[in-house]
Amino acid sequence: MSQAEAARRTSPLWTLGLFRSELLTTFRRWRTLALLGVLAAVPVLVGVAVEIETGDGPAAGGGGGAGPAFISQITNNGLFLVFTALAATLPFFLPMAVGVVAGDALAGEANAGTLRYLLVAPAGRTRLLLTKFATVIAFCLAATLVVAVSALAVGALLFPLGDLTTISGTRISFAEGLARALLIALVVAASLIGVAALGLFVSTLTDSGIAAMATTVGLLITVQILGQIPQLDALHPYFFSHYWLSFADLMREPVYWEDLTRNLGLQALYAAVFGSAAWARFTGKDITA
Amino acid sequence: MAPYASDDRATAGEGDESRSARRRAARYVVPVTVMGVAAATIGLVPAIADSGDPDLPEITAAQLIEKIAKSDVEQLSGTVKITTDLGLPDLGGLESSLASGAVERGEGGSSADPSAKLTELASGTHTLRVAVDGPDRQKVSLLEDAAEYSLIHDGKDVWGYDSRSNEVYHGTVDESGKEREQQPPATPKDFAEEALKSVDDTTSVTVDGTAQVAGRDAYRLVVKPKQSGSTVGAISIAVDHETGTPLKFTLTPSSGGAAVVDVGFTEVSFDRPAASTFEFTPPKGAEVTEDGELDEGGEHSEKPEGAPKSEEDLAKGLDGLKMLGEGWNTVAAFDTGGEGGLPAGGAGGDLGGFLGSLGDQVKGDFGTGTVFSTRLVNALITEDGKVYVGTVTKDALVKAADEGK
Repeated sequence: MSQAEAARRTSPLWTLGLFRSELLTTFRRWRTLALLGVLAAVPVLVGVAVEIETGDGPAAGGGGGAGPAFISQITNNGLFLVFTALAATLPFFLPMAVGVVAGDALAGEANAGTLRYLLVAPAGRTRLLLTKFATVIAFCLAATLVVAVSALAVGALLFPLGDLTTISGTRISFAEGLARALLIALVVAASLIGVAALGLFVSTLTDSGIAAMATTVGLLITVQILGQIPQLDALHPYFFSHYWLSFADLMREPVYWEDLTRNLGLQALYAAVFGSAAWARFTGKDITA
Repeated sequence: MAPYASDDRATAGEGDESRSARRRAARYVVPVTVMGVAAATIGLVPAIADSGDPDLPEITAAQLIEKIAKSDVEQLSGTVKITTDLGLPDLGGLESSLASGAVERGEGGSSADPSAKLTELASGTHTLRVAVDGPDRQKVSLLEDAAEYSLIHDGKDVWGYDSRSNEVYHGTVDESGKEREQQPPATPKDFAEEALKSVDDTTSVTVDGTAQVAGRDAYRLVVKPKQSGSTVGAISIAVDHETGTPLKFTLTPSSGGAAVVDVGFTEVSFDRPAASTFEFTPPKGAEVTEDGELDEGGEHSEKPEGAPKSEEDLAKGLDGLKMLGEGWNTVAAFDTGGEGGLPAGGAGGDLGGFLGSLGDQVKGDFGTGTVFSTRLVNALITEDGKVYVGTVTKDALVKAADEGK
């Protein structure tokens, strides 16, 4: 009642302030920084491994097509390290990091006993939830960009850069390649929205941050395993991870949009379903801590 | 709480902080509704989009076939979905002969070799992209997970590029040659031309209404064998009403069930594709395999003389070929002589028992043998090394073998 009325009277600037303070709290945590550090290390590992493997001279194709996508092209163009690093981190590292942050978003506050103080502020629960969701999505973007930028830096240091060949065999300039890399990073970040919404919903269910994180990451692993079972073919299109690797379609010429749009639609659906479920749970919940 | 869970008023104001359990439960109406709307949308949109069959002027089958023959589409690009379900995981040579009988050349080692790659098309569902600009420039790309295999024909160069392994295959062809034939069948047009070659008095050809394919209005041409004994039930070809281009090709087996081969455009444009589509320079560091023998390979893949039936493609590239029977019930017969034209033929001794367990033992005037069945093609391998292959039922195959004896 009074809380919500107060919220309505507050200016948008106030919400922005809440968002800013949430961002600061999240990104100042050692845990968050450690997660980002691990993510930044993955491209370094991949880059150094490829460099050592092919150190004797320019690689001649090779690899036979094993390993993450685009890995055979890294030695010829460092920009491909961005795509390889994203392909390597997307199945597990990135969503795990997002799961940890999303699971902790509300349950962590409840666990630490700070949630009710947040609610004392005239923001309202819906607004707080939206802010938390926005923060988690901001983390998705930050995490993806950390991987991409780190990969670009390592790629530029260890390998030559220049015009690149799309997977369709046509050539594009380095500038266009960079633009596509940025677009791919955005698509990858958007691919994580489903996990983010799921994690936020789980976070409203419990007062234990650890339990919420474990549940979210556990769900992630479960879905990844189920996604490998061919007998469950009929269910696969509904898994949030099903179209994840479609970001590589942006490297086709012309771009193949079908799976990309399906991926974005699926993520939006997860955001709507679990976002509203989180709202239903959070706004009707007794806050005791 | 449950009886009133669907009460809309409860969801009205978020400011309503009533702690009653009923209201709390009512909030869950929102996510459930979202899910319901999503499910309904996913279920209904294709039904609405399928706006029924278009109205087109009447046309006879003969006129339609002429339309296909006259079709002079030189520029085309689009996405093709190809689904094949032959009903048997691996019959080695038989299936790969779909990729232009290029089995022998598949041992080259480079993953960018066209014959090695396009064999994959013989099973499962694949998405292809095709672009054609006149007889000298074509491109077919097989879309894979985060990778693509492209076969580009530009003037006298033929490039195969496998982006997963970054390997390149290069060959040359005579500019005046029949380049088109060197490409494995990829578009509905290729398949339709094969099917229409078999139109004779053993075949019934009818126009069966209209359909919409890739957003274009099309006539549906149905080709059916008149004889019984063929495994081919019907071939349906959707022909674009404006250009006469076949847009979709479906082959259903006489035994019923899903189509054995279904090739159709999901997206098509008759504009000239961008010139850059056909330009290819091997990327830095790519392993290039040269193949000067593509000319030979091309001739090799051309249809054998006196083999007008599409089903006989499957026997293409094998020596000592003999045709038994006529029309759709033609059976190809050849003697492996122990050389092993087919893996199963050469396996004789040790593997014989194992292979035998995959097929059915049959006896007849020809002796004894084993029948290997797929949903479309049946093969009879006799104990003395003779092989009979055809798109006919098992009984018809045994009968042909008896007569051919």
